[in-house]
Amino acid sequence: MISVVDYGLGNVEAFLTMYKRLGFEVKRAKTKADLIASSKIILPGVGAFDHAIKLLNKSGMRETLETLVLGDKVPILGVCVGMQMMASSSEEGKLPGLDWIPGRVRLLSPSLKSTNLPMPHMGWNNVMPKNGCPLFINLEQEAKFYFLHSYYFECADISNKTANVFYSFDFACSVSSGNIHGVQFHPEKSHHFGTQLLKNFAEI
Amino acid sequence: MLQPRITPCLLIHKGGLVKTVGFKTPKYVGDPINAVKIFNEKEVDELIVLDIDASVNASEPNFEMIAKLAAECRMPLCYGGGIKSLEHAKKIINLGVEKIAISSAAIENIDFISSISEELGRQSVVIALDIRKKAVLFGSNYEISSHNGTKNYKLDLFKFIKDAEDAGAGELLINSIDCDGLMNGYNLSLASKIRRELSIPMTFLGGAGCLEDLQDLVTECGIIGAAAGSLFVFKGKYKAVLISYPNNQQKVKIFDSINA
Repeated sequence: MISVVDYGLGNVEAFLTMYKRLGFEVKRAKTKADLIASSKIILPGVGAFDHAIKLLNKSGMRETLETLVLGDKVPILGVCVGMQMMASSSEEGKLPGLDWIPGRVRLLSPSLKSTNLPMPHMGWNNVMPKNGCPLFINLEQEAKFYFLHSYYFECADISNKTANVFYSFDFACSVSSGNIHGVQFHPEKSHHFGTQLLKNFAEI
Repeated sequence: MLQPRITPCLLIHKGGLVKTVGFKTPKYVGDPINAVKIFNEKEVDELIVLDIDASVNASEPNFEMIAKLAAECRMPLCYGGGIKSLEHAKKIINLGVEKIAISSAAIENIDFISSISEELGRQSVVIALDIRKKAVLFGSNYEISSHNGTKNYKLDLFKFIKDAEDAGAGELLINSIDCDGLMNGYNLSLASKIRRELSIPMTFLGGAGCLEDLQDLVTECGIIGAAAGSLFVFKGKYKAVLISYPNNQQKVKIFDSINA
């Protein structure tokens, strides 16, 4: 059973619709009890970092998530702010992150100022995966995903980077550490590219 | 490489999809959910849905309809119409909408932009401005309007845009009332003038009648959202209703100037 964590942020419905269409068993998890039987977990998110962390804490699911992810090694995919929360900290907020993948979430803009590129980074961009990352199998070379963000994940250990994207410079748009995965873009809104990636995650 | 966005804009009036000319004479063009399904198949870059009744009737956003649209959309969705409070905005985002377009509520109270952007992040906050050309002595100017072009504001367009950006807007959606539905091309000089002033993404709407018009906008403005209504719902000079969208090959041509 794939659980999509509903802590009040992010497009839970889109993940449910997508997985149902693909024929996977999926459910919305709103409480600790909902999470228990998960074989895979999706942690969505949009919006500001502190707001997301606060809501996750308030949901009462954080501890159970940590047990499942860190203890039982249940595969998890964080999306957008769901991915950023996995970092140690963020320039966007004051609260500490989950610290599941060491790194800091940083603001894109100082690097963009000189290039006159609009901020936030919004739209379809090419994703360049590293060889062997299971999330990106069966995807064509020029796979494009939808981005909508102002902050990016700077890995402390570059071996956690599993894909790059270029927007005035190359930065990580996919990170992995063991069973823990995160993507900055929105696979649930990225047409057949996103469908394939979510299928790949479900089949890990 | 980030690509410009080609974005169909759908108008909702009395529960159906319509297309207007100069913000008037709404013509019924079909069922919203059905249109979304077709746009899914065509893999459109993103979709804008504007409820043109909500603000005029002073009613709340139709959350039930928005939920249905959001669940159906396999592309990013921007919804606008009747959003007057932070509660509205949060509720819509939680229904699975990526971006919310705010117009009169932001024009009348710029702090509203900050309050939403702090809570939801600026990437989800789109300021939608309906713009009309105003004849003045020695040239022309633009005025900001809302409520389907019936309510006008004494605001300087360029100052307001700057203020909105500073307040935390994540995107600007400019809709030209004068060009709406005419299919004679975008107001390119206005688009490039605004684009130069902005550091947030911009989407420009009003006037596109053929793929060359989209190409002209991209050539003029670079990374931009090229939005259109009539172009993607009508076919031929008699305006038969037929949903269309450029294929990958056509897109490459439209983005020619970027890739060069």
